Amino acid sequence: MTYDVIVIGAGVTGAAVARELSRYQTEVCVLEKEEDVCCGTSKANSAIIHAGYDCEPGSNMAKMNVRGNEMMDQLCKDLDIPFKRNGSLVVCIHEELLPGLKDLYDRGVKNGVPGMKLLSREEALEMEPNISDDVKGALYAETAGIICPFKLNIAMAENANVNGVDFRFNTRVEKLERKEDGLWHIRTNNGEYTAKYVVNAAGVYADVFHNMVSSEKINIIERRGEYYLLDRTVGDHVSHTIFPQPTKYGKGILVAPTVHGNLLVGPTAIDQEDKDATNTTQFGLNEISAKASENVKNLPLRSVITSFSGLRAHEDHHEFILGEVKDAPGFIDCAGIESPGLTSSPAIGEYIADLLRDKMGLTKKENWIGTRKDILDPKKLTLEERNELIKKEPAYGQIICRCESVTEGEILDAIHRPLGARSLDGVKRRTRAGMGRCQSGFCSPRVMDILSRELGLPLTEITKSGGKSNIVLEHSKEVAE
Amino acid sequence: MNTIDIVIVGGGPAGLAAAVAAKNAGCDSILILERDSELGGILNQCIHNGFGLHTFKEELTGPEYAGRFITQALELGIEYKLNTMVMDISPEKVITAMNKEDGMFQIQAKSVILAMGCRERPRGALNIPGYRPAGIFSAGTAQRLVNIEGYMPGREVVILGSGDIGLIMARRMTLEGAKVKVVAELMPYSGGLKRNIVQCLDDYGIPLKLSHTVIDIEGREHITAVTIAEVGPDRKPVPGTEERYTCDTLLLSCGLIPENELSQSAGVEMSRITSGPVVNESLETNIPGVFACGNVLHVHDLVDYVSEEAGRAGLNAVKYVNGLLDSNASGKIIKLAATDGARYTVPSTIDPGRMDDNLTVRFRVGDVYKDSYVSVYYGEERVQHRKRQILAPGEMEQVIVKKEDLLARPDMDSITIKIEKE
Repeated sequence: MTYDVIVIGAGVTGAAVARELSRYQTEVCVLEKEEDVCCGTSKANSAIIHAGYDCEPGSNMAKMNVRGNEMMDQLCKDLDIPFKRNGSLVVCIHEELLPGLKDLYDRGVKNGVPGMKLLSREEALEMEPNISDDVKGALYAETAGIICPFKLNIAMAENANVNGVDFRFNTRVEKLERKEDGLWHIRTNNGEYTAKYVVNAAGVYADVFHNMVSSEKINIIERRGEYYLLDRTVGDHVSHTIFPQPTKYGKGILVAPTVHGNLLVGPTAIDQEDKDATNTTQFGLNEISAKASENVKNLPLRSVITSFSGLRAHEDHHEFILGEVKDAPGFIDCAGIESPGLTSSPAIGEYIADLLRDKMGLTKKENWIGTRKDILDPKKLTLEERNELIKKEPAYGQIICRCESVTEGEILDAIHRPLGARSLDGVKRRTRAGMGRCQSGFCSPRVMDILSRELGLPLTEITKSGGKSNIVLEHSKEVAE
Repeated sequence: MNTIDIVIVGGGPAGLAAAVAAKNAGCDSILILERDSELGGILNQCIHNGFGLHTFKEELTGPEYAGRFITQALELGIEYKLNTMVMDISPEKVITAMNKEDGMFQIQAKSVILAMGCRERPRGALNIPGYRPAGIFSAGTAQRLVNIEGYMPGREVVILGSGDIGLIMARRMTLEGAKVKVVAELMPYSGGLKRNIVQCLDDYGIPLKLSHTVIDIEGREHITAVTIAEVGPDRKPVPGTEERYTCDTLLLSCGLIPENELSQSAGVEMSRITSGPVVNESLETNIPGVFACGNVLHVHDLVDYVSEEAGRAGLNAVKYVNGLLDSNASGKIIKLAATDGARYTVPSTIDPGRMDDNLTVRFRVGDVYKDSYVSVYYGEERVQHRKRQILAPGEMEQVIVKKEDLLARPDMDSITIKIEKE
């Protein structure tokens, strides 16, 4: 298969690049080793849209963060996904560290971050009564926000797909090289692909592909971050995103509401040497509780419903590597995309698409569709509208996930729309079925039945998240065929 | 909006027994709302025996036990709606529910009986570190897959938690040909019934490791192994005691949580200990006319007690609808307290005027007590003092309070249940 551009990775960066490229008349394909979009760092992060005050002025990080933040309102409107500018507070609890807040403020000004304010102890406590009584001052940033990272990633990919971008899942890139025909030859477990340009959006694996084609090696460390997710009953414990003061390991352990009404606490920052080390540890979980409680009082950790961990793609120089690799013409890096990567993703997509447009002389499609409708949420309808819907489509009258009130209709939509769900986790990320306080104990057998019926697969082939994550092994003996 | 005398939320053992009792007491306007596709609730997947020894004086399976009540409900012509999820209950007893046929609809109930049962505590709430692969199930979810859907989750099983469903599933998985390697229990005692430990573990040679927990889960796509360690008195893992078990299935049976989201949205006052509503002698919550029974009220050990309790809730709901519940109210409220090892009581208060001649007060203990006494104090006066060889958290206990005794003590305003050494 020959394409103009092949993007490696269907995380939020790859999806953003694909969507921006889909504006142009060019053949694009995204290769993803997992069974779905949003399976790596994009699915396990702080779900924060950062204001952009803590990036090094002049860096790619600073530029992409501020631009990405600026793009977010329109993008989320176009893609019909939830986004809320809830504002953030960096809390200082040690008198001697107060100058650090001012430094952050100054950096924000240099980076062009609007709407920041240094707050006194009293102002901070008034704005957020549950921050620590030890607070000495805070930096408020009104443009900081919260988003659903799954929906952002899925919506951009889906929109790219509707506009002609191909996606190949379960397709792992094994080798790539530029041959004499001037094309990139990409060997995968699912056959060979060729392309004029390759975009490396491979997250924690981006160094592997970069180093296959360039003599200037880069190194990406998997910096693990562990999180607690708390029940919606305590989702209003804070209304802003509460950060400690940043350190060299990152922005520290935050406490934030989510757009779905939960409370998120984390992440830790521990360097790994394993690109799949997404396990949580007792040490990490203990650290979350201890550190988060320094900045937020009475943290209701009794209400934890799950814990998870994600890997930051931390590049040695803590910078986004964006653009064509010097000694590998046609190979475009998007490497080292760690925080603020989620915020920056639309800006990175735009930047890379502009770069390829200029290189390739691309022209815009006339029939590009920049908007999409998200999976319909019946909870947003009036009683009358909801009954109209159920009359037309009775599946919207059947609740499958009781904790999050997800109907069969929403799950059918998630399965049958472009780049639809094929696993329990795929359904979960698209509809929230299984995301609530019982963590899929009630709905998982029911969602499995629906997946089996709709995909025409036996129950034994339904997986949690693709690969060998089959949920049931075999028929029990009574019903052996 | 339709008005119905008694709306029962949940068609499991509690809801069915409440409905049958209410109908037999003369109420003709009853509606059961059930979210599943059949009546019977969790009993439908409990295909083992051991049900009904108290209620029917014979040993039945779960579906048989449910069947007895379903038959009665059908014969009595009690109305019910299946595949119907109750979305909200308002403080004014307006029920909002939804199904495919009726869409979203509202009912004005004169009385509501909460009978939603309970759910299992999931892995996330247990904070077990490790990967999050396929192959980890709450014991009840696995029970549904095996007994209703007819599928085996795996062949090499480790079980964390010794709640009754976990114990039952240890035997069930063994009978299906799986190897259950170990049952680990965080506490120094089991949360399940003694008879289940004997019949489901001991009889099959399955080891039960008390004061042990899972400290790591391996496997990126599917679970491949767990590490179990002993815990100290602080319930923290003791270094050096780790043991690794390869497995393809981890079942969790680590506690049941009454499912009270609807109760809370209605404004029902909740107990922090039972996670169920606070009720009076009539099983009535702080909202007049809203009653609770079964596992939504407090987690029971035997379904027979659920049926008995639910029957009382049904009768009281009829009295309420007919304006009779308060006819003998004394205006005096006696508070019940559980101390010295007793964890809670159901009910929490008694109005002697509204109670029956004999009232069963149920409670659980918080630890294992050997050769101890269950004592009941009326005020400062010890009126019951019953020696027990063993008291365990897994078994529900009860004492009987007599109406005549309370009426004979007009100045007494508190009853305390204690576990005493002598």
